[in-house]
Amino acid sequence: MLTSAYSITASVNPPRAAFADLPLGHTAGGPNDPKGQRHLVGGALRAAVAMGEPGTIVDLGLRWTDDDWKARPLGWRRGRSRQVADEARRPADGAPADTRQPRLPDPQYQNDEDRRAAEQTSWEEQCRVCLGIDTPGPG
Amino acid sequence: MPDVVIGRSPLPPADYIAETRHLYSRLGYEPYRWAERPEPPPWRPVTRPLSECTVGLIASGGVYETGQVAFHHRDDTSIRIIGSGVETGRLRATHFAYDLTDARADPNCVFPVDTLRHLAAAGVIGGLSDQLYTFMGGIYSVRKLEEVTAPRIVSLVTGAPPDIVLLVPV
Repeated sequence: MLTSAYSITASVNPPRAAFADLPLGHTAGGPNDPKGQRHLVGGALRAAVAMGEPGTIVDLGLRWTDDDWKARPLGWRRGRSRQVADEARRPADGAPADTRQPRLPDPQYQNDEDRRAAEQTSWEEQCRVCLGIDTPGPG
Repeated sequence: MPDVVIGRSPLPPADYIAETRHLYSRLGYEPYRWAERPEPPPWRPVTRPLSECTVGLIASGGVYETGQVAFHHRDDTSIRIIGSGVETGRLRATHFAYDLTDARADPNCVFPVDTLRHLAAAGVIGGLSDQLYTFMGGIYSVRKLEEVTAPRIVSLVTGAPPDIVLLVPV
């Protein structure tokens, strides 16, 4: 597996793991960086084949361009303005800022067009590619 | 300039177990019980060169293809099947526990389908599985993950087993 969360991975103890020191949301690399993504994923797969000891976590030797994100790893946000907003929410006792989003129980589409696209697709077709959905389909 | 560079940070890796323990303690919750598996993990050696290996993909960043029902965010145990020939522009991401900006700009950050297709075309890997699997990994119940989602994925993967499965969590 790939990972950017070293302590969690060590706790779960998978057969093979490759670690890259990146903020959450970039397990397979940075955006619009195909060369870097291929380096990361290719490196992880090569390491997986070479590993001889179960439970190994290989460090791929990759990092983010700066370490500012490590001050707020749970609250990393692309764009300084949002980081500043999260800083304002940080409590005085030094605890991580509470940046959790509400956990809503209905499908959270990326946009309304997706919602319409899903509703237009027949439920029978959906069942073949969406397994285990509890909510009933349209119609 | 790319965000990811070769090198090692002088700071240690972010410790999400400690971070979440601190946060939830402050909010008045009991510490979350992360899965601990100290026993030796199952192991099968890879017996052929990587260039001859078929690679499967399981990703938990909440990626779906437009036209599919999106994940919800309250212990959604469902799975999406995405064909490995999917047009990248049809991929979407939904999750509550990480900033989605970059995953939505480039789904390969958390669902490296273009990356794997390139590695296959370049002969680094032998090929990519026809079907790739995704789920929304923000499932607080370890029991639900172990008893519902994981067995379902295992059943799918073993139906057409690749040589290597790449798991991409967030």
